Amino acid sequence: MGKPTGFKEYSRENLSYAPVADRIVHYNEFSKLPTDMATQGARCMDCGIPFCHNGCPVNNIIPDWNDLVYHGKWREALDVLHSTNNFPEFTGRICPAPCEEACTVNLIGDAVSIKNIELSIIEKGWQEDWITPQPPEHKSGKKVAIVGSGPAGLACAQQLARVGHDVVVYEKENRVGGLMRYGIPNFKFEKHIIDRRIAQMRGEGVNFMADTHIGVDLSSKDLLNKYDAVVLTGGAEKPRDLPIEGRNEYSGIHYAMEFLTKNTKRVLGDEIADQDFISAKDKHVVVIGGGDTGSDCIGTSNRHGAASVTQLEIMPAPPEIPNKLTTWPNWPMKMRTSTSQDEGCERDFAVTTKRFAGENGKVTTIECARVDWSQDEKSQWQMKEIAGSEFTLKADLVLLAMGFVHPVHEGMIEELEVEKDARGNVAANTEDYKTSLDKVFAAGDMRRGQSLVVWAIREGRQAARAVDTYLMGSSNLPR
Amino acid sequence: MSQLPLSAPKKQGLYDPAHEHDACGVGFVAHIKNQKSHDIVEKGLEILHRLTHRGAAGADPREGDGAGILLQIPDAFFRAVTPDLGIELPAEGEYGVGMVFMPQDESHRQACEKIVEQVIEDEGQVFLGWRDVPCDAVRADLPESVTICEPVIRQVFVGQAKTCIDQDALERKLYVIRRVARNRIDALGFEDEANFYFASMSSLTIVYKGMFLSHQVGAYYEDLRDARMTSALALVHQRFSTNTFPAWELAHPFRMIAHNGEINTVRGNINWMNARRHSMKSELLGDDLDKLWPVIAEGQSDTACFDNAIELLTMGGYSLAHAAMLLVPEAWAGNQSMDETRRAFYEHHAALMEPWDGPAAVAFTDGRQIGATLDRNGLRPARYLITDDDLVVMGSEMGVLNIPEEKIVKKWRLQPGKMFLIDLKEGRIIDDAEIKEQLSNEKPYQKILAKTQIQLETLPEEVAPMAPEHDALLNKQQAFGYSQEDLKFLMTPMAISGQEATGSMGNDNPLAVLSNRSKHLSNYFRQLFAQVTNPPIDPIREEMVMSLTSIIGPNPNLFSLDTDEPQMRLEVHQPILTNIDLEKVRHIERYTDGKFRTTTLSMCYTADQGAVGMENALNKLCDAAEKAVNEHYNIVILSDREVDADHMAIPALLATSAVHQHLINKGLRTETGLVIETGSAREVHHFATLAGYGAEAINPYLAFETLFDLQRNGELPEELTLEEIKIRYVKAIDKGIFKVMSKMGISTYQSYCGAQIFEAIGLASGFIEKYFTGTASQIEGVGLSEISEEAARLHRDAFGHAQIYKNALDVGGDYAWRVRGEEHLLGPETIAKIQHAVRTNNYGLYKEYADHINDQAGRLTTLRGLFKFNKGHSISIDEVESAENIVKRFVTGAMSFGSISHEAHSTLAIAMNRLGGKSNTGEGGEEVERFTPMANGDSMRSAIKQVASGRFGVTSEYLANADQIQIKVAQGAKPGEGGQLPGHKVDQRIGRVRHSTPGVGLISPPPHHDIYSIEDLAQLIFDLKNTNTDADISVKLVSEVGVGTIAAGVVKAHADHVVIAGHDGGTGASPLTSIKHAGSPWELGLAETQQTLVLNRLRGRTRLQADGQMRTGRDVIIAGLLGADEVAFGTIALIAEGCIMMRKCHLNTCPVGVATQDPELRKKFVGTPEDVVNFFMFVAEETREIMAKLGFRTFNELIGRTDMLDTNDAIRHWKSQGLDLSPMFHKPETSGGAIYHCETQDHGLEALIDNQLIEQAKPALEEKKPVLIDIDVCNADRSFGTMLSGKVAKKYGIQGLPEDSIVIKAKGTAGQSLGAWLARGVTIDLAGEGNDYVGKGLSGGRISIYPPKETPIKADENIIVGNTVLFGAIAGECYFNGIGGERFAVRNSGAVAVVEGVGDHGCEYMTGGTVVVLGETGRNFAAGMSGGIAYVLDETGDFENRCNMAQVALEPIASESDALEALDHQGADLETHGRVDIKHTLSQDDQKILRTLIERHVHYTNSARGKSILDDWDAYLPQFTKVMPVDYKRALAEMEAELKVKHNVKAGKEHANG
Repeated sequence: MGKPTGFKEYSRENLSYAPVADRIVHYNEFSKLPTDMATQGARCMDCGIPFCHNGCPVNNIIPDWNDLVYHGKWREALDVLHSTNNFPEFTGRICPAPCEEACTVNLIGDAVSIKNIELSIIEKGWQEDWITPQPPEHKSGKKVAIVGSGPAGLACAQQLARVGHDVVVYEKENRVGGLMRYGIPNFKFEKHIIDRRIAQMRGEGVNFMADTHIGVDLSSKDLLNKYDAVVLTGGAEKPRDLPIEGRNEYSGIHYAMEFLTKNTKRVLGDEIADQDFISAKDKHVVVIGGGDTGSDCIGTSNRHGAASVTQLEIMPAPPEIPNKLTTWPNWPMKMRTSTSQDEGCERDFAVTTKRFAGENGKVTTIECARVDWSQDEKSQWQMKEIAGSEFTLKADLVLLAMGFVHPVHEGMIEELEVEKDARGNVAANTEDYKTSLDKVFAAGDMRRGQSLVVWAIREGRQAARAVDTYLMGSSNLPR
Repeated sequence: MSQLPLSAPKKQGLYDPAHEHDACGVGFVAHIKNQKSHDIVEKGLEILHRLTHRGAAGADPREGDGAGILLQIPDAFFRAVTPDLGIELPAEGEYGVGMVFMPQDESHRQACEKIVEQVIEDEGQVFLGWRDVPCDAVRADLPESVTICEPVIRQVFVGQAKTCIDQDALERKLYVIRRVARNRIDALGFEDEANFYFASMSSLTIVYKGMFLSHQVGAYYEDLRDARMTSALALVHQRFSTNTFPAWELAHPFRMIAHNGEINTVRGNINWMNARRHSMKSELLGDDLDKLWPVIAEGQSDTACFDNAIELLTMGGYSLAHAAMLLVPEAWAGNQSMDETRRAFYEHHAALMEPWDGPAAVAFTDGRQIGATLDRNGLRPARYLITDDDLVVMGSEMGVLNIPEEKIVKKWRLQPGKMFLIDLKEGRIIDDAEIKEQLSNEKPYQKILAKTQIQLETLPEEVAPMAPEHDALLNKQQAFGYSQEDLKFLMTPMAISGQEATGSMGNDNPLAVLSNRSKHLSNYFRQLFAQVTNPPIDPIREEMVMSLTSIIGPNPNLFSLDTDEPQMRLEVHQPILTNIDLEKVRHIERYTDGKFRTTTLSMCYTADQGAVGMENALNKLCDAAEKAVNEHYNIVILSDREVDADHMAIPALLATSAVHQHLINKGLRTETGLVIETGSAREVHHFATLAGYGAEAINPYLAFETLFDLQRNGELPEELTLEEIKIRYVKAIDKGIFKVMSKMGISTYQSYCGAQIFEAIGLASGFIEKYFTGTASQIEGVGLSEISEEAARLHRDAFGHAQIYKNALDVGGDYAWRVRGEEHLLGPETIAKIQHAVRTNNYGLYKEYADHINDQAGRLTTLRGLFKFNKGHSISIDEVESAENIVKRFVTGAMSFGSISHEAHSTLAIAMNRLGGKSNTGEGGEEVERFTPMANGDSMRSAIKQVASGRFGVTSEYLANADQIQIKVAQGAKPGEGGQLPGHKVDQRIGRVRHSTPGVGLISPPPHHDIYSIEDLAQLIFDLKNTNTDADISVKLVSEVGVGTIAAGVVKAHADHVVIAGHDGGTGASPLTSIKHAGSPWELGLAETQQTLVLNRLRGRTRLQADGQMRTGRDVIIAGLLGADEVAFGTIALIAEGCIMMRKCHLNTCPVGVATQDPELRKKFVGTPEDVVNFFMFVAEETREIMAKLGFRTFNELIGRTDMLDTNDAIRHWKSQGLDLSPMFHKPETSGGAIYHCETQDHGLEALIDNQLIEQAKPALEEKKPVLIDIDVCNADRSFGTMLSGKVAKKYGIQGLPEDSIVIKAKGTAGQSLGAWLARGVTIDLAGEGNDYVGKGLSGGRISIYPPKETPIKADENIIVGNTVLFGAIAGECYFNGIGGERFAVRNSGAVAVVEGVGDHGCEYMTGGTVVVLGETGRNFAAGMSGGIAYVLDETGDFENRCNMAQVALEPIASESDALEALDHQGADLETHGRVDIKHTLSQDDQKILRTLIERHVHYTNSARGKSILDDWDAYLPQFTKVMPVDYKRALAEMEAELKVKHNVKAGKEHANG
């Protein structure tokens, strides 16, 4: 175990960030790990019930690698970390870390910096060249297609390849990585991080087919004919719209993902004509939606040189400090401020957007109103607009970052006629991940709806085991 | 008897009459010069009568447990009564008399008689005739329950044939006749054949006994009242059985012995005896020997077995004393003071037979000699006196005969391991030293040993194989089921610290049979432990009685007294062999001229055969072993080193036991040694099971290799060499085995080996019968096919391609929760849910929590998880009794203030008081302030006051403030073990409550030193009831097989309340082995208890409580249906107030302030009484919902309704498939008897002498006016002064009354527990003597005891008080003008005592107070003594050898002038208010204290010894030694330094101000 009294003796050390002025002039990562990670590991109490281990969707065996880091056993720590998580370098950067909310020290103080320890282990691994391909000893002769190269698809592919199946990953975009590639800006997640992992996977025999949109470039039926199993890991990319007055009348209103994707493509060196690009330079930007994607829009806008950035959230401002006695170890509603928000923006809560207004076909303002939330007799939250609270905001660029409703149905899903659940996701359970179609599986956001990278990895791994079992009768892969 | 008598119910449900234990009062009277008289018979009966309180009555107060008397053959009497019957008796000594119990059925009886007559003829003797023994059941007032099984009692007379050369030969023939007749009658197959029984058959002795209360013996047997009935000896026994189905034949005395105690190793002893069949030859018995088998029949009581053994030995030519020494040897191995010839004697005999181990006072006689011996640790009392007219009286206590003091010339006691023998022929007493010296010198044992003994360590070094590289090792580890936790929690700590790691909280993993995972076979076996009927041992503080010596290889012929061609013997000092050791064993042939020959048999078979191949492999292995033994290989090594991808192993435990049993059955086992070379053994329990099933030595090669690998990888401290790692690991295992053995009260490995001290849970009876014969397994379970499948799965995982096992072991999850690991009852989600539920008072959330726990589909954890309810007639929930009512049945578990924080402890108390339930102090006492209600009306007073073995804080005031006093006999997490509170947890406050010194660690002994047996428990219940007559007395037991019978005994001992705790109960700190592997689930124990109590018609008298991992209302209902009136919640109550199961209680780092004393962490405590109240109301609400569904309006209606329970077949899995839970659902016939608590116990308080004391002390009690009381006492006056003190404590608290407010001048021999919990202000001045437990719990009173004036004996050479005096004393003074027994002042925490000599283990575990010993001490003085001071007069200068120096230092007493100088200006105020108030300080004036105490001793007792010391003070002073605990000294120094700093600060301030 770490050090029994470590949590009393040492305090938590966070990432350090480059100053705002320095970092908003480029698209590179700007955070730095503390140097003494061993001390951070020593803060772990090695709980009888490690709530972090359960709080983590891939069930990282956190106490074990905390202890190993404390004792300087990095290589062993890496083995333990990889035993539950194919891509700790992804989660170590962009996971909101429910583990830390569940951390026991969090109940009485500042959580162990689990996410940073994870990142330090995996980066150490890359740095030391400990991470090499693990090709299978035997080939099964079975062929599996994976549609979508996001974290679910990649995790599933790696697991299946390692037990000897021939795996092909299809990606509609020009580069693999799914939402991680274009949905998350480089300043939070540099893309060579994905590439080096892809290199390992190629070494393990995974084949990647980018620029191949199933249902467009290749028919779904062909896919079914060619492969012994197909895993649908295409994400939940249908964005939530804001169908209010003026939505279709004016230009300058975009989905966040369009804005972010184009930006990152350009950062990665793709040619994107100015007229196709969405720039925030010198514009009053209004981001609608208070989540992570909203933050990414803010960070990108500021890097473009926006005149102002305002973020609207329909929910009321959460408490600064949650009542841990009734929330811990679960994910609490609390005021969180992202690095992008820190870089400069106005945040407004309990605001509803009523109408877009504009001039010359371009949006210029949006009309808003304040809302009040209260619980009805069934404990359901009800929203009521506050009479007379209307106000307007300047808006040259409106970015809709209100989440995603379900996977895109047009194309592959409709073509396959696969059954969907009530929420429009591809229906499958988490035991066998089977869809309504023989040999077709679904995992990740495409199955569960929009979620975290870490959930996608979990589903990809579990689906791999399900596919392996389907193909071979039993599986040596872990769940 | 091969079967149990008809009178007792047959095995049904979980009730099995085989679990019966007994203990009792024993005594004899004999005329040294062999003068026969009827007076001796009458005296024997009188002793019996006076021992009544040591026996017990059943449901009917006239129903005794058994009593009897053994006499010499009354030749004159028989000569007078036989002529009328046409019997012509030969000369005295030339005929034998059989006392025979026979079936009531006349035809059966005639058949039996015919066989007896026939066998007499067959054996060449003369059948003389039958005599009807006149019996009078009416006069004896026997109840119907006794007469219904009353046998027809007849005596058979057998004349000696000419062929018998002497009386010994006749005795041998009578023995053979008895055995043969018995076997033939068994073969008849009568239903009531069991009612045929030879009470005795001898030409020397005769036994009159039966199912009696002591006074009924003489009333029933007319013979005994006949004046012609004479004997020079009378051996008597009054039985207290833990069962109320005592049978006539189970009464003592047996043919040669009466026994008080218990043979713990009897299972192994029987097996080993039968295993000798092949090797046993006797010149004396000749061919007759073959007719005797089985020499020890199955299904008898331990005493009967012991009787069989001693009888066989004496018939085979051993003298009585020799046989007793062989069976119950004293502790010789570690005894430095034993002379070499005697040690050689014992060492030689160790190879002949393993000790029959357990607490025992055995009185034995063959009619020519009578004697007694005591077990090695002195765990039963035996006192004796000798008169000037040649009478010897021995008994469990003094005062059993009224003998004028002036006639008594000696009063003494039997000392541990010592013997006492009266040779009636020689007409003298032969003492221990003489007997043993004579026997030790009979043969040149030292020379024989030198010739035959080989000690393994003296053999030349061998080369052992090297450990494989990491990856290859990993596969092997996996094949044997290693997990990461084995390395982390078990093995690494052992290699580092040389002992097993400690853990905390309870075990909430599934039972092995319920787990879906492959479990180690050992996990199906639960360690048994001693509770109530015998004491566990403290293997650390009392190491001197423990021994791990193991003898590998063949046992010599038991009867080969011929020493010319002695057999070689291979000895190891402990049974864990290193790889090198094993090679030595393997090649031993080289060093022994081929006398030893070793063969290695593989436990492996080819993996392609899979699981199904195992049975065949086992058969082959057994055959190979048999063949090897027949080919004269006398050491067999079973090895699984061959395991690889192509070979899988039979679990080593299975292979070991199978071979062991096979060789026993073939009568070959004692001709070979059995050594196990296995990769499967790594933790203590694995070794314990291997040993328990027959391994004489074990080589855990893979464990060593694993540790070496850890070291290579830098996982162990660098400074540890491989050699050191080996040594520490072996030491840790050894200590662990000690602990496992000692929790059952077994002290030698030799006796433990093969003793099968386990019960199986979840193993099929067919499997057990075949491979683990004789092991209890109550609910069936897996068989060989599942066990082999488990092994096969492990093998597949190891050598297959599972990704997670590629470079890592399985995570385990047994000790800490892991997603991929073993299941737990509680996990992160359930804990979060229940905490959120209670904090927001959200019943919906509670239900989610409860549903998750109640529905164990797919994750079976508990037996009750497999239950389902039968359909009832549902009623509306409004008709069900209220939740407010139901919560009154809820209590919180016993958790001490010390293990948990004040905040956590008092929050529970407040909550339970609000609910009207009960909280429990735990074993650490309670702060006095909590007895007063709080300003807001709440109360922090715990209704249940626990009394545990440490007796911390158990004052008269504490007891007076109880609604219930709970005797913790065992704790679920560590039954059979004591506890330790480390010094760093003992802060000022805890020190105050526990009456100990802050900073000094505290030890709770494994046993209550006043409960070594059931009648002792009865005495403690009686003591406590006296201290507080309003409180219920509760006894907490832990579930194990047979707990029902023990509970029946406890209820007969008048417990008002019985707790059955599961093995899974929590703990603040406990060795991991104990948490995981001892005890059984409460469902089993509770069901067995309910069934047994109902069958015994005792159920109504006691309230029954279930405890252990209780979580939900469903648990409450199940407990109720299985028989519980009440339910206790431990862990979950803590969770309700904030515990998150960190399992760090033992580290003091609990981050939520629950189980810590760290002031910073205590601030993190957030729990409120409301949280706890909410939890219990939720549970009650859920309970009500289920009650409504099942149709019960009140809780009482559902208690014991097992018909509402069934097995939920839907959720079984491959392993749980074979379980048969129906025995738990068995509902015994009640015939109108109660099945829930609805009656009260009769404690018999009205007739007590204390009532007179209270009456006479009224002026003092009411107006504080001093009173003087004159009164006579006798041995039946027990707990004298206790009830009176209870009244004082209730009214005046611990302060009590002014000194000498109530002075009691008493005369006579007081009963046990004189002055227990005597309150301040009460003085007992006794002219006479005390028995055991004088001054127990002394709470401020004063006791002085001295011999009466008329006695001729020298006080300082005679015993005046018995064993365990001043146990748990808190304060007060004692002066004893004479010698005390064993364990004087054990666990004293504050009393002052002067005594003129003490037995073994004096001042053991003492934490405070002052003891002055003006004479010799026994061995092991000051063991575990962490506080207080003792001054010992060491005239012989060898005290150091008898003192256990582990925790104390010896210092001289400074002379007066030195002391004065040291005192400087500190002015020690020694006397305040006329009483001795001894404040221990470092600089105290020892000689002044000592002198004052001796002066007071002389003042109160007129001690001649004291006077002569005072008279020659300067000469005596240098001979005194001060015994000073090291920790205590350090703590005193620290406290003084602190005080000085405070003083200086204060002075400085004053100075500044001035």
